[in-house]
Amino acid sequence: MHRRQFIKALSSTLAAVWLAPKMALAAIWNKPVFETTQMTQALKDLGADLAIKSDKIQIKAPDRAENGAIVQLEIDSSLANTESIAILVEKNPTPLIATYNLVEGVAGYVVTRINMADTSDITVIVKAGGVFYKNTKNVVVLESGCG
Amino acid sequence: MMAKNMKMRARFNDGITTVKVLMHHPMETGRRKTDDDVTIPAHFVQVVTVKLNDQVVMESQWGTGISKNPYLTFKLTNAKVGDTVSVAWEDNKGEQSESSIAVT
Repeated sequence: MHRRQFIKALSSTLAAVWLAPKMALAAIWNKPVFETTQMTQALKDLGADLAIKSDKIQIKAPDRAENGAIVQLEIDSSLANTESIAILVEKNPTPLIATYNLVEGVAGYVVTRINMADTSDITVIVKAGGVFYKNTKNVVVLESGCG
Repeated sequence: MMAKNMKMRARFNDGITTVKVLMHHPMETGRRKTDDDVTIPAHFVQVVTVKLNDQVVMESQWGTGISKNPYLTFKLTNAKVGDTVSVAWEDNKGEQSESSIAVT
């Protein structure tokens, strides 16, 4: 995260942090964007609401997941100068799953396992050369993975 | 905390080092309930920092949507055999863990 975004996020959550001292230890965690329940708000907070669809972001995930508690996905971005990756699941209680800031010498590639509450699109946002791109993959979830 | 909380592997092949990490963490969302209908408090990893030879190369932030006992794979483009890759996490309770491994 950039310093300016961080300061902005920090100041807006200062009251909440004050009331919950333990959160202060994880102050750099981008609380507002991870806690929003609105997909559009999450995308806006990430600065990615105008992301351009790109097939250079490949998302490998099962078409159908028996158990939404463990859905493995593999993300491979062949976009030049991939700087960061974000994963969002629209139908989850909080859509933003994770962000990966690739500081130096890290390929635009990540494998992770996520919770899915319901059948949903998985949206992957990639920032490359200062521009936001996106791609989606639908996964049918047979058993909810969000308790 | 103890390094046994993470399993790591870093393999160099054809210029790329693939790092696989398996963490031991409950990743409670704060929405799950016990059989007695008591809500289990949220307990999840929020920040993961990856270093190559003490230089930060990736910073990742997680919400409650990452599965229990998180699994992560990433690829380093500048690492060589013998380099050290370290992974550190911090969760919402301020608990921390760090583990490192040599690239083979």
